[in-house]
Formats: sequence, structure tokens, C-alpha cells
Amino acid sequence: MAGKGQPVGVVETQYYTFAEPPELLLLESGKRLGPVILAYETYGHLNRERTNAILVLHALSADAHAAGHHKGGRDPGWWDAMIGPGKAFDTDRYFVICSNVIGGCKGSTGPSSVRPETGSPYGLHFPLITIRDMVEAQRRLIDHLGIESLLCVVGGSMGGMQTLQWVASYPERVRSAIPIATALKNSPQQIAFNEVVRQSIMADPAWRDGNYYDDGQPEKGLAIARMIGHITFMSDQSMEEKFSRRLKNGNYSFRFGADFEVESYLRYRGDSFVKRFDANSYLYVTKALDYFDVSGGRLVGANGCERIRFLVISFKSDWLYPSYQSQEIVKELKRKACDVTYCDIASTYGHDAFLLEVNEQTNLIRPFLDKTFHGYEVADYAI
Amino acid sequence: MRSDGGRLDHRIISRIVAPGAKVLDLGCGNGDLMYLLVREKNARVQGIELDEAAIYECVRKGLSVIHGDIEEGLREYPDGSFDDVILNQSIQQVKKVDEVFEQALRIGRRIIVGFPNFAHLGARSMLFFLGRSPVTESLPYRWNDTPNVRFLSVTDFRRFCDERGLKILSAHYIGEGKEVRFRPNLFAKDALFVISKNEGRK
Repeated sequence: MAGKGQPVGVVETQYYTFAEPPELLLLESGKRLGPVILAYETYGHLNRERTNAILVLHALSADAHAAGHHKGGRDPGWWDAMIGPGKAFDTDRYFVICSNVIGGCKGSTGPSSVRPETGSPYGLHFPLITIRDMVEAQRRLIDHLGIESLLCVVGGSMGGMQTLQWVASYPERVRSAIPIATALKNSPQQIAFNEVVRQSIMADPAWRDGNYYDDGQPEKGLAIARMIGHITFMSDQSMEEKFSRRLKNGNYSFRFGADFEVESYLRYRGDSFVKRFDANSYLYVTKALDYFDVSGGRLVGANGCERIRFLVISFKSDWLYPSYQSQEIVKELKRKACDVTYCDIASTYGHDAFLLEVNEQTNLIRPFLDKTFHGYEVADYAI
Repeated sequence: MRSDGGRLDHRIISRIVAPGAKVLDLGCGNGDLMYLLVREKNARVQGIELDEAAIYECVRKGLSVIHGDIEEGLREYPDGSFDDVILNQSIQQVKKVDEVFEQALRIGRRIIVGFPNFAHLGARSMLFFLGRSPVTESLPYRWNDTPNVRFLSVTDFRRFCDERGLKILSAHYIGEGKEVRFRPNLFAKDALFVISKNEGRK
């Protein structure tokens, strides 16, 4: 079943503009934003009944390019192993949509976008956005695509938060939800990591209170921020397996160079990140993570989950979004008597597992979607 | 995590469950019983299972299942969430027996309990004649590798219900591929009880 999928092929990012003045997008903060551009990609075909659409929601630093290749580009989408003909999200059956979040820097409106009033980038004039605002923007895109009800909303980490927010905001428009390696709210530990990440960017003199677009990114600060991130994405065991204490050049240098492979890996990750991600976006998006909170009965209303099926997935070695947080989601759904499936996958990859554990996730997601889409009539398994 | 000696226990449970019932299967294993209840009784089933491999089997069958421990997994369900709570071949692996029964009776109208009868003739003779811990079809493990932590007989369970004022709605005894009626505590390999709270008693 898993691992036999075909590639999606060449794909192109598309753009949807809405909230043109004076119809600006009202944000959770009370501020207004517009016009708003959403970058998005689609894979597969929407069926005649418009019932096979799946919205894939990305994590902190990813983008709309979830699967396939761009013309002339070599890098596949960030969830290419999961999306395509015969894969977990089977594009022979389903119409898959992925959009870049607002506040990001991958084609959707964010702090690096040009501010209409001034003709220069927003910088810190960009309003604080929340996960709910991200979902509100996606809802406009889904309307634009003519889709009334989504077969599934799915995402890992911050994508999982958007998934939960979709359920909280638009339960009548969601038939199933797959939150992966995520939480009802960030814990103090998660907020603390995000604060260190933000402080490291803002402590770089090149940050210039967010007005760096003429002079270049605060590269040092952003690279360190990303290095911190990568530590939290891995597990103790996956670092041991990937690097152990292996030395780059065989001997200690007795200097402060990168002696250990793990050091040069983090440096490489940090340095390559500054080439592809905007420092201000990192500030805004981490803040959105910290503000998110659908705990305390806010996930599902009194009659909200009557027809929504849930598949909650966590990973045993994930210490950034530990399994107990996914179990809190499950408990919340039990309290409301929702239809929920939960699996705590025995992975050693840490938080990164949602990108790497393809077979296990496929073995859960494919039949789950099949059941959601067809019910029991079509599937026939011998027992 | 159950021995599934034949499917007679499943057929009996399917007979007991009402059409369209809401059912929670505690220790649902690979989901065979839940699948049967969906197919035959159009039941709305939900399972809880500790073994990850069994979770994939359940999901492959289109079933809803929660990966977790049944001793920790019942508190959140509202009162009366289910018509039937099934504990088939799982109660012998439960440490907090009283708490699980209390919770199961809070969230379900009835409990369907199935367990291997430790006082079955085969087990008795192994202990009596060979002086060894019983290893039988329904108790297939040796002392050092058994997941079972509770060893109970038909008589033990009746006494357990009596002491707690639980009402036995029906009892079914399974022998060699068929139901047993004569001296079940001696001849039944497995027993199935349907119990509920006895509202008239404390």
C-alpha cells in the first residue's frame, strides 16, 4: 500500500487576491489587512459533486509547494512522499489544495510584502496575525474555488493547529480532520523556545526594528533561531543515529570551529535557511503559534462533531509537541463523543517524524480517507 | 491482544448487541469483533487498544480506534455514552479492575465481559496432576511470559458481581467450539457475562 505512489509531476504556484479596499480582512486583533494574496497549489481534480477536496496545511516555515516539482526546479514539495497518485493523499481520487499562510514569505501576504500605503515592505507595520486569521484567509480561498465542504483538513505541527482551528471555526464545512504532532495550545516550554527564537533575531543589530529590507536580513540572528528550531525538531536518539559524536575532521581542533558533525549540520541548516526565509515572518508566525489556544471546550461546540471524523497522530519521540498534547486533543473529542481515531507512532525521529514516517502515516490516512469518502459500502476487507 | 479461540464468543456478543447500538470495545485487538458488529448490527463502534500494530489493522478495516490504555482511557467519556461496553478477553490483563468496571458502568448501560475460566477442567488437571501452572487453549501463556495479571473463574466472577451488587443479565459459557450449560465452572473454557448496575440495590 505505502511507498508505491507515483510522482505528481510539474506543478505551478497560483495566486488568489482578495480583501481589496475597502473590503479589508478583519483580523482577530481588530486590525484590518488588505489586499491579501494567498499563494496556493492544487493537485488532482475536483470531482463534479465537489466532495473530494482536501486542504493540506503547512508548518512554521513551509509553503504552498507541498508536492510535485516546479518547472526547472529540482526540489519536490515538502510532503511529496504523502501526496500523489497512489499515495496517502491519492491525487487519482482527491483534489488536494495547499496554501501558504498569511504572515509567511512564500508568496502570501506577510511582513515582507509591499504595504499599499507606502510602497515599501510592511516590516513591523504588518499586523499581528493568528492561526484563526490564517484559517479565515484559507476559507476565502476555498470559497473562491467553489468548495462548500472539505473532505479533509490535515496538517502537522502548526498545520495541525490550523486543522484544529478549521474544526473550531467552520465545523459544518469539514468532514474529517487529521491533526498531526500538534496541540490545543502551546505550553510554556513551547512559548519559551519561540521567545528565544524571536530574541535571537531581534538581538541581531541587522534586524533594525524590522526595517532591514534595503540592507539585507539579520542573517546571524535568523540562523541561530533556525538552529534552535532544528534541535527541537529532532530527538536525542535521532541525533545520536545521525551524528553521534562524529568529528568533521577526525580530530579536535582546539578552536571554536565546528568540530562535531552536529555543529556543522546546524550551521549549514541555519545558513541555508536565511536564504529562503524572512526574519520578520519568523517573528510573526511563531507569535501566531503562541497565541493559539482552542483548549477548554473551544475546539468542538455543543453539536459540532456530529459528522466530523478525526484521526489524531503523534510520535513517541516528539518532545517539541509531545504525545500527551495529542492525547489532550483526543480527551477533548471523547468528552464531546466525537468519532476519533488516535495513533501514537513509535518513531525515533522526534517532531520531524510527520515529514519522515511515510509508511505508518500512509497506512492510517489512506483507509481513514477511504472510509470517510465512501463509508462502508465500497471497502470490503476479509476478516 | 486476545486469544480469539474460535469466533463463537464474537457470534454470541453479536447476538447480544442490539441493532444500531453504540458500542465501546476495550482492548479491541485487531478489530475483528468491532467489524462484525458494524456489519451485522450496524453498530456505532469505537475501540481502545494498546498495541500499535493492532491500531493499523483496525484503521485498515475502517474502524475508529484510540491508541491507549483502557485503565486511563475512560474518564473523559460522558455518562451513558454507550449502550454496551465490551471487555472481551481483556479484563484478565487489567490491574485496576474495580475502577475499570466502575467507569465502564458509568459510561455504558451494560458491560459485556469475556474471560478465560481459570477453573476449567483442563487447567485444574494440569495444576492437580502435573503440579504446573495451567497452559491451555484459552490460557496459552507460560508463567514467565503471560500478559495476564488476573486469574479468575466463573464462580469468582459471579461472587465479584454479587459483592458489588451488579446485576447479571445473562451468562454464556463456551467449551470446545460450542456453548456449555452443564457445570460451567468446570467445563467452560471461556465465559461471557452481560452485567449492569442493579438499580434497586446499593
